[in-house]
Amino acid sequence: MSDAPTSAAPAITDAERAELRRHGILLTSLQELYTWGCSHSVWPLNFGLACCAIEMIAASMAKFDIARFGSEVFRPSPRQADLLIVSGTVTKKMAPQVIRLWNQMPEPKYCIAMGACAISGGPFKQGYNVLKGIDRFIPVDIYIPGCPPRPEALLHGLVQLQEKIKGFQIKGPDAPRHLQTADAGEYPVPEFGAHDLEPPHNPAVWTAPTIVRSEKG
Amino acid sequence: MESIEQIRDRLLAQFPRAQLAVVANPGPAAQHGLLLDHEHAAAIARFLRDDPALRLDQCSNVTGIDWPEKEIVETTKSTVPDPAGGPAKVVETKTKRLQPGCLEVVYHLYSVTHGHGPVILRLRTGNRTDAVAVPSLTPVWRACEFQEREVFDLFGVTFTGHPDLRRILMWDGFKDFPMRKDYVEPDDYEWEPTPHGAVLEKAKVHYPAPAPAAPAPTAVPPPPAG
Amino acid sequence: MNPELLGSPGGANVRAVHDAFHGDLLEVSMGPHHPSTHGVFRMIVTLDGERIVKLKPVFGYLHRNHEKLGETVSYLASMPYTDRLDYLSAMTNNWAYAIAVEKLAGQPVPERAEYVRVILAELTRLLNHTCLAGFLMQDCGCSGTPLMYAFREREKILDLFESLSGSRMMCNYQRFGGCRVDPTPAWVDATRTLVGNYGAFLDEFEALLTGNEIIMARTQGVGVLSSALAINAGVTGPMLRATGVASDLRKSDAYGVYPRFQFRVPLGAHGDVYDRYMVRVLEMRESIKILEQALAGLPGGPIMDPKAKLRGFRPKAGEAYGRIEGPKGEIGFYLVSDGSPNPLRYRVRPPSFINLTVLEDMCLGQTVADAVIILGSVDIVLGEVDR
Repeated sequence: MSDAPTSAAPAITDAERAELRRHGILLTSLQELYTWGCSHSVWPLNFGLACCAIEMIAASMAKFDIARFGSEVFRPSPRQADLLIVSGTVTKKMAPQVIRLWNQMPEPKYCIAMGACAISGGPFKQGYNVLKGIDRFIPVDIYIPGCPPRPEALLHGLVQLQEKIKGFQIKGPDAPRHLQTADAGEYPVPEFGAHDLEPPHNPAVWTAPTIVRSEKG
Repeated sequence: MESIEQIRDRLLAQFPRAQLAVVANPGPAAQHGLLLDHEHAAAIARFLRDDPALRLDQCSNVTGIDWPEKEIVETTKSTVPDPAGGPAKVVETKTKRLQPGCLEVVYHLYSVTHGHGPVILRLRTGNRTDAVAVPSLTPVWRACEFQEREVFDLFGVTFTGHPDLRRILMWDGFKDFPMRKDYVEPDDYEWEPTPHGAVLEKAKVHYPAPAPAAPAPTAVPPPPAG
Repeated sequence: MNPELLGSPGGANVRAVHDAFHGDLLEVSMGPHHPSTHGVFRMIVTLDGERIVKLKPVFGYLHRNHEKLGETVSYLASMPYTDRLDYLSAMTNNWAYAIAVEKLAGQPVPERAEYVRVILAELTRLLNHTCLAGFLMQDCGCSGTPLMYAFREREKILDLFESLSGSRMMCNYQRFGGCRVDPTPAWVDATRTLVGNYGAFLDEFEALLTGNEIIMARTQGVGVLSSALAINAGVTGPMLRATGVASDLRKSDAYGVYPRFQFRVPLGAHGDVYDRYMVRVLEMRESIKILEQALAGLPGGPIMDPKAKLRGFRPKAGEAYGRIEGPKGEIGFYLVSDGSPNPLRYRVRPPSFINLTVLEDMCLGQTVADAVIILGSVDIVLGEVDR
């Protein structure tokens, strides 16, 4: 499990490892240990925006119990959080604050866009003060559709995020953002303009998708 | 509770120089309004609040309405006798007239003491551009404080006598008044063309239709948002 | 300054430090990201020591243009948007909007629908007040337990909403002239069971909180609001009743079928945080009584007025202001129609926004920690405050 091109067969097969584990010998790689640790203690930021925040709170309560997945520690300070759950509509007035919070979070950090509003503006997409998706300014790891998504959907999204973290390479060109020293993990914060945010989106993160109208449409 | 006409007559007895007009509501709700002049608005509001029979002590709702300029076409029919002696002709003449626009502030008053209401007060600005001031009723009812700020923020009505008139929902540097009917929002959202209506029009601006002869149209990058 | 300290060996230093800092004001910005602000609310607090001398709320961080959108879509299409105003009480928002449109169009409502609306509104009141009590205790520093209890009960009510409307929070259930689907007998039975058990839950909840010495010390005499100011500032709902003003739209406006039910309007005496909490708890007890009566008297018949028009709905030109007693206060909708399919003006009268008018008056002279629970006792939901 190294970052070198894996043309040669691994030194030990999964079956052999399982056999060793049965005898009480645990063999693992640094990468496995690292991603296993990272994925099971994702601490979210105690940060609610709108309706979805109530379902986020519901997910942390008794019936859904996000603690089963190691994410019950909601931290009020971004300095102690790993996961930004953008739970609700991001307005243009709020967007600079959300990006500041994201910038203040230490690496490794992940972002879940929870709900239709955080993904694209959702039902409020046509509003003049609504940001059409938080991914216009910061990178998003997991999108959870719904208006609002049920707590189960949030848990599913969290498990998906854990799977994603487990798949990370800790070295090489495929390593995630925070392991590449060139990337500071900070994103520019837009200014309030006379009519809109300036700039209205971060071109380094997001470009408008290319769609061609059909003959009819 | 007294009818709006009775209230108007009592107010006119109290304020003989005030200009009051009943704004009738043709709908089934029949909640009629009372249009006030700027000069006497605060005094009338205070009277309505303190009058023992009415005691409109709660100003429940304050809001603005934008009435843009409207072109009204009026058709008048006139009968012109035929000089040749035939039957008289009916001539329709159409006259166009520009109804000036204004901004209107509406106050819904209720009485907590007597449990009646609503009495609706209306204030109108001179036009939609430079004469946009109306007197503030915040000194009479504190309830107006934030709501008048909201009307100022979204409609651009300035309230003279308001203690703290700032933008409340939008940020301070914002220049537009978004609830006005002629507000143009930033064109930054439509990326999924649908085959009808205003959304299609917007999509047409963003994505030109493919050339009809081309079998596989090449993707045309849309202009950046904003 | 502690006078005993002045006589101590370091007394001169204590005096010097006191003089150096006395009168210096500190400005603290709380929010929009703050664990205690129930969303993206912000207040700029000016402090003298720990005492608040000025407090200015800043709004708009969740201003998602509800009213503008309401003017660009048809009357019916605004109904799901009202769910997202006060997202803890979608059913009462639905009802307030439906009542405004029914006034605008002169639309009657069948009796069964009126009963169902009362049942749903009172369930919403239970849900809202239970959650509010949980959040308020969270603000007091009682972290976890009361909120866990509250959300446990909330889930039970949400299950009812979901089985009736298809959605937990965003019910989109009421229509102009009735309700969307007819509740089944099984649903009515499930509701009856929940209502029957709710009193026991409230007993348990109150045993934990109401007589709790710490909570009493923390909330009594804090954030006092006078009844005169409350009326003048347009404060409505439990906050107004906690100041001792008997004002309940269910009684004074007598909308729906409320006049048929026996219930009382609990009033506070001091207008402090504790009274606001107590008024809500007592209101829940009354809600249970209303629910029992409504469930017992639920008539048969259609759930929708057969002549009601939903698609292509164009009310005649005119205007209407309709309001109901929501869990947070008077929620009203003001609609102006010019005869077209969209309203010319669509205005929401948000109770929690207007209740915040007196936030500064309640907080002056209190400490920062008190400001947190005073805000909690106002019961705001930002979707409604900023719209």
